[in-house]
Amino acid sequence: MSLTISRAHVDAIVEQSRAEYPDECCGVILGPIGKGSPERIKPMINAAHSPTFYEFDPKDLLALYREVDDNDEEIVVIYHSHTETEAFPSRTDIAYAGEPGAHYVLVSSRKEIAPAIEFRSFRIIDGVVTEEEVSITD
Amino acid sequence: MSIDVRIPTILRPFTKDQKAVTATGTTLSAVISDLDAQYPGIGDRLLENGALRRFINIYVNDEDVRFLGSLEAPVKDGDSVTILPAVAGG
Repeated sequence: MSLTISRAHVDAIVEQSRAEYPDECCGVILGPIGKGSPERIKPMINAAHSPTFYEFDPKDLLALYREVDDNDEEIVVIYHSHTETEAFPSRTDIAYAGEPGAHYVLVSSRKEIAPAIEFRSFRIIDGVVTEEEVSITD
Repeated sequence: MSIDVRIPTILRPFTKDQKAVTATGTTLSAVISDLDAQYPGIGDRLLENGALRRFINIYVNDEDVRFLGSLEAPVKDGDSVTILPAVAGG
């Protein structure tokens, strides 16, 4: 298992996490159905506006799934940021993880490692977290 | 009396991988009971202690059922019910 992602997408996620700090940021990367490749990034609003929680607004969520269906796409990556803790799924992340086919990407900009950023990817299936390798392409 | 129900990926193991199924009922609660009768176990993934699970969003047509009376939300022939897992975490 691994995630191949472009440098531009990584940079966009890191940039969004900085822009929305100290709140958590979130979003998805979509790709053509069945291909498993993340191609179209779509930043989402964190309806919780919180440093410790993120949630897609239920209306935005429905619109997202309709758009994905209409375009014959799938959600390849679901990303969010942690602002004070490491880039590893929290208990809440695991409890909520509802897309067994998605890569769950976490970025952390916690101050212990600043200005470095942690960027990690996981599968979360039936409560089991498996980290996967991330290959960044230029 | 037929309601179209859209099933998210995570619940498709219950529906033999069908993306959409049909159910009957005049309230969301009745639709969920009918779904559970057809696809045993699915009800437990939608409800907890008799209420909608926090991790699941359900819509009647385009409206979040939390604004329509939750389990008492009325449904009628031809309506579409969409079930989606919340995308959220900490």
